[in-house]
Amino acid sequence: MTCPPPAQIPALELLGFGDCGWGATLVWGLGNSIVIALGAYALGFVIGIGGAFGKLYGGPILKDLLATYTTLVRAVPELVLILILYYAFTGLLNQALLAWGFGRVVVSPILTGIAVLGVVQGAYQTEVIRGGILAVPAGQIEAARAMGMPPGLMARRITLPLMTVSALPGLANLWLNATKDTALLAVIGFTELTKATAQASASTKAFFVFYPAAMVLYMCISLTSTFLIHRIEKWARRGQREVRV
Amino acid sequence: MREFLKPHRVFLILLAAAIVTWCAWSLQWDWLAKPKYQAMIVQGLWQTIWVLVVTMVVGMMLAIPIGFAQAAGPAWLAWPARVFCSIIRGTPLLLQIWMLYYGIGSLFPSIPWIRESALWPILRQAWPYAVVALSLSVAGYEGEVMRSAFKGVPHGQLEAAKSMGMPAFTMFRRIWLPQAIQRVLPTIGGETVLQLKSTPLISTITIMDIYDVAGRVRRDTLIVYEPLLLLAVAYMLITACIVLLFRWFESRVPNRTA
Repeated sequence: MTCPPPAQIPALELLGFGDCGWGATLVWGLGNSIVIALGAYALGFVIGIGGAFGKLYGGPILKDLLATYTTLVRAVPELVLILILYYAFTGLLNQALLAWGFGRVVVSPILTGIAVLGVVQGAYQTEVIRGGILAVPAGQIEAARAMGMPPGLMARRITLPLMTVSALPGLANLWLNATKDTALLAVIGFTELTKATAQASASTKAFFVFYPAAMVLYMCISLTSTFLIHRIEKWARRGQREVRV
Repeated sequence: MREFLKPHRVFLILLAAAIVTWCAWSLQWDWLAKPKYQAMIVQGLWQTIWVLVVTMVVGMMLAIPIGFAQAAGPAWLAWPARVFCSIIRGTPLLLQIWMLYYGIGSLFPSIPWIRESALWPILRQAWPYAVVALSLSVAGYEGEVMRSAFKGVPHGQLEAAKSMGMPAFTMFRRIWLPQAIQRVLPTIGGETVLQLKSTPLISTITIMDIYDVAGRVRRDTLIVYEPLLLLAVAYMLITACIVLLFRWFESRVPNRTA
């Protein structure tokens, strides 16, 4: 079916899933954005937990290396980091594969995006989780040590549950950042929601249909997240006395 | 100094120095010697810093009324301010920039009186859209910061001003605003660094900032990493300058610490 010129298509049809609509492209982009945000956040959380414990309890060399990592990543724009890591990640991987006698591979853009944004998220989460662990009353950790708890069990039963409350606001902010940072991948040509919007509006010239629609989608992500974060915070604060201001 | 230079740290510093020397020797830096690229780099740095300063100043001037409306304004002012803040904070800056530049920027040529107005030569360029988008972004984020700063000024101060018979505007100018600003200075320093890190986004709408310059060098010379490394160093240096500047600022503001 041939479509009429975009100027004659009503806005809802442009956004729809029909032959002339761009709904499928937008939803595909939204899906990509969410998958990358979730993956990067999860990777960042793993790096963050490891980094925070390393910064607090690691040896002197590990501490200095982690300090360098978090300082460097937080002082350089995400866009620059994404470019550097994007080329370094795929380049080094291919060099390693060639050195081991395998052929080159093309890494899926989703995985690259997750890896790159995850490393960035990791630096910020390290700092937030470190702050959270520092806020755990020292007596709790001393008591666990005095009971002879091994470090892993202590982290799982005492430190991590107790730090949740004070780390949650910071972690929640970082999740919102992660969803918005996925838009930066548009610059390296990856089709997430912002890039899909730009493509759709560039080929139909219907800028005031697609950009507001994408804004609404992003707002949906952010409002749903805020709602869920509120629930999680309430759950994490259970058993704490209400403070009246 | 003694405290800082522990044996392992000396080793790490030497290692870092070795890596830097290796980078300087074995990577390709000859393009830096060409006057063409030198001029571009200076131009790009100037563009980045200029946009950063202008958008921070304009954004803060917008953020003060937005924050005040949320903290103490009537509901019909507080609500729009709140909605504005959550839209700016809830959507990616890149999308906002593109919407302004490609969306509104493409709308203007079709309106005759704008095309004929004296402003048209300016509106045809990209930088007004970049400045507006980045300023609105600062206004959205700092509006939220200013809201809590205005709320944090102790009640007694305002009551004292009122009981002295100060007119409302004088009270705002002499008591409320200065104390709010004093509270947010450290936050603003951090936010300026964040703003610096968003400036490379304007290179996507054809503005030649330092990020765009690095891209051009890479396309011209087909060198992959070196311009990016230089770019990272440039941003780190600007960040360091901002941090030092705000530290100096904070030391100038009288503050009683226990």
